[in-house]
Amino acid sequence: MDLITEKIKKTSLSTKQDRFGKAISISALILIAAIVVLIFGFVITRGMATFTSDKVSVSEFLFGTHWNPSVVNKATGKPDVGALPLITGSLAVTFLAAIIATPFAIGTAVFMTEIAEKRGAKIMQPVIELLVGIPSVVYGVIGLTVVVPAVRSVFGGTGLGILSGTVVLFVMILPTVTSMTVDTLKGVPRHYRESALAIGATRWQMIYKVVLRAATPGILTAIVFGMARAFGEALAVQMVIGNAANMPDSLVSPAATLTSVLTMGIGNTVMGSLQNNVLWSLAMILLLMSLLFNILIRFIGNKGAMK
Amino acid sequence: MQRSHRGSIITTLVVVFIGALLVFAYQTRDKNGNNAPITAVGSTALQPLVEAAGEDFQKTHPGVSVTVQGGGSGTGLSQIAQGAVSLGNSDLYAEEKKGIDSKKIVDHRVAVVGIMPIVNKNVGVNNLTLSQLTDIFTGKITNWKQVGGNDQKIVLVNRAAGSGTRAAFEKWAMGGKTSKEAQEQDSSGMVKSIVQSTPGAISYVAFAYKSNDVTTVSVNGVAPIDANVENGTYPIWSYEHIYTKGKPTGDTAKFLEYMNSADFQKKYVKKLGYISMYNMQIDRDLNGRITRK
Amino acid sequence: MNAKTADKVATGVIYAIAASVALVLVAMLAFILARGLPHLSWHFLTGAARSFEAGGGIGVQLFNSFYLLILAMLISFPIALGAAMYLNEYAKPSLFISIIRTAIEVMSSLPSVVVGLFSFLIFVVKFHFGFSILSGAIALTIFNLPILTRSIETSLSQIPNLQREAGAALGLSRFETVIHIILPAAVPSIVTGVVISAGRVFGEAAALIYTAGQSAPTLDFGDWNPFNLASPLSPFRPAETLAVHIWKINSEGIMPDLSAVSAGASAVLIIVVLLFNFSARRLGTLLYKKLTNS
Repeated sequence: MDLITEKIKKTSLSTKQDRFGKAISISALILIAAIVVLIFGFVITRGMATFTSDKVSVSEFLFGTHWNPSVVNKATGKPDVGALPLITGSLAVTFLAAIIATPFAIGTAVFMTEIAEKRGAKIMQPVIELLVGIPSVVYGVIGLTVVVPAVRSVFGGTGLGILSGTVVLFVMILPTVTSMTVDTLKGVPRHYRESALAIGATRWQMIYKVVLRAATPGILTAIVFGMARAFGEALAVQMVIGNAANMPDSLVSPAATLTSVLTMGIGNTVMGSLQNNVLWSLAMILLLMSLLFNILIRFIGNKGAMK
Repeated sequence: MQRSHRGSIITTLVVVFIGALLVFAYQTRDKNGNNAPITAVGSTALQPLVEAAGEDFQKTHPGVSVTVQGGGSGTGLSQIAQGAVSLGNSDLYAEEKKGIDSKKIVDHRVAVVGIMPIVNKNVGVNNLTLSQLTDIFTGKITNWKQVGGNDQKIVLVNRAAGSGTRAAFEKWAMGGKTSKEAQEQDSSGMVKSIVQSTPGAISYVAFAYKSNDVTTVSVNGVAPIDANVENGTYPIWSYEHIYTKGKPTGDTAKFLEYMNSADFQKKYVKKLGYISMYNMQIDRDLNGRITRK
Repeated sequence: MNAKTADKVATGVIYAIAASVALVLVAMLAFILARGLPHLSWHFLTGAARSFEAGGGIGVQLFNSFYLLILAMLISFPIALGAAMYLNEYAKPSLFISIIRTAIEVMSSLPSVVVGLFSFLIFVVKFHFGFSILSGAIALTIFNLPILTRSIETSLSQIPNLQREAGAALGLSRFETVIHIILPAAVPSIVTGVVISAGRVFGEAAALIYTAGQSAPTLDFGDWNPFNLASPLSPFRPAETLAVHIWKINSEGIMPDLSAVSAGASAVLIIVVLLFNFSARRLGTLLYKKLTNS
């Protein structure tokens, strides 16, 4: 075998490097996957204990309308652990906040990328990034000192409730959704815009019919991210929603969300008791729901993508 | 490639240098200061007191470190039952908490905390009887004019189910009845600010949160002040507990001894809004039996 | 309505939306700063916190926040970078990758209190790390990884394929292309992503309450040996951060100047994030210039 064939047959330096890079990066990915699996396993084993060791039926948990696990209900001889009011509360604030935030986020993002490219981005970008950094506690304090009194003076009552929660969450997720939408819009290739303008479209037609269409999957992802943040947000919502585990009957009466009940109760309950297990079941619902969201949106995103 | 070689040499040098620094630091570490620390976990209401005790204790006992964390009474009790921490702080007797084997842990009562009803300033009420309080919180009375106040709907604000303050309130003010489902707040600070800003609101907080922003309500005509708790005329109060797994030993025992010393109780307990064990003229057991000291 | 009018109307609406968003954001900033700035002083920024007397500062908490942020970033950045590199440069569409992507997104919506409790039960209790900076940094890493991975991946995917093809045409391995061409080109947007996630980490409270703890023992700033418990650098000491401190005094604080401390601390938090943001942006541009020789 001469030198050249040997050299060709031998794994080249580049291939070695490439293998090395691949190995390093995949091990990082596997580490993340392992953490996810660990957390999932952990939350699910804890959460399932309600159904396995405390013998609560799944339908009772998901569709029961009374939540009061710390007290034994005299009529049934068991504590009430119906999580429907909490699930309703969580879904209500999440969807409402997302519905309000979406047009604002898209509008701002379009402003930053299509209309006032230089100036808009220069002003809005830092503000938005800064707002992502405002801790939820501070949002909660602002909600309590500004939003709640405003709601109270307009609608009466205590001012605490789904409406206040929605307003606070709307402001909280706005920067997240906006900055992700901006990224997506920036990712739309330039020639899409040029082609649209070349065939005589106005700027708005170009934005509406081409850019936004091309960016739909990305925008949906941004909204899901916003919703995910809203869904998992605990401290700020807890401060303004009132935390009453009743079925919400209006937007301005106190309600509760999965996270608010979870954060409030977890320190007060003893590990392994029914009261603690149901809280982990709530965490499990939280996890499964965002999984569901994700799969759903991925599906829509794939369908809606402009091919 | 020349450049990346230089890069890797520099990287190696930096890593070696940091490694050498760490080894040097490890060799020269202060070997006295690293005894196993005393860790206390649990009740957020008790946390400031134990923290204050810890700070003082560290000054007089060099080399001992005291770490105090919140997390709630439930966390405190579960951690101490598992033996994961040295002290478990709780607002409740372990017997009152579901899911805890209270035989394995030892109770140390370190202070008394009084709990007072508070109402929004505009309801026009500053005294309620225990039965009125019970009726308000169970939802039988729904308007302030039924108890002599203004014509205004009553808005209940509860502490989170399972919190020590709520348990004590339901036990001593409401005779063990449970409150109607209403909005719940996670902490005394939140409760106070919501009662302050919501018309018609009523709730309850520890004496330490007394302030001019809300009206403090007397119970059965007895004002919620320390002296009335001490002589047994004011009924709504509870002990603050520190639990240990088995009998405390070593530094932990010394620390508990310090917390119960007259010196510490006089210096801090009152200042932090609790009532000192030394001032109590009565003793109350788990079932509410009161004995005069 | 013809296309031209529609265009004008839409442009107007978009301007209005952008303006109102900016207004909300500016109003919030003004609110926080107006409430907090009057309470700021050198003493407040460097002094020790007091649990029941007026006049406490936030010095230790401020230091803890930074130290924890740096540690968490040191752990999470390489992992996130590696994972994002794999996802964007190596991965071919497959069920496994799709599951992992979904898992990452679900993980990013995990309430931080669950992350905190998970880390508490695993690291604090099981591994005996105790309430410590180490446990806190790990919790923050778990909290941060999905966000960071996702943002780095987006940054990488924005680099046109032309660059990769150019690398391949020069005979570079894919790894070399990524390290020497793609990453430098993506640095500014990676830095932005890191800054955004750093901001979230800096303000995170719920994940830290049960891991880094809610107490800030006095530190000996003369002792920089990381193996001493009183040293500011020790990863084994409990460390209350600024965000946790705000949460704690808002919920259970009994000091008389509570609202002042809370407002001041919030303002400091915002200002720090602001400073951080601007300097990192400048750094991003500088790095970009240096790495791409442009």
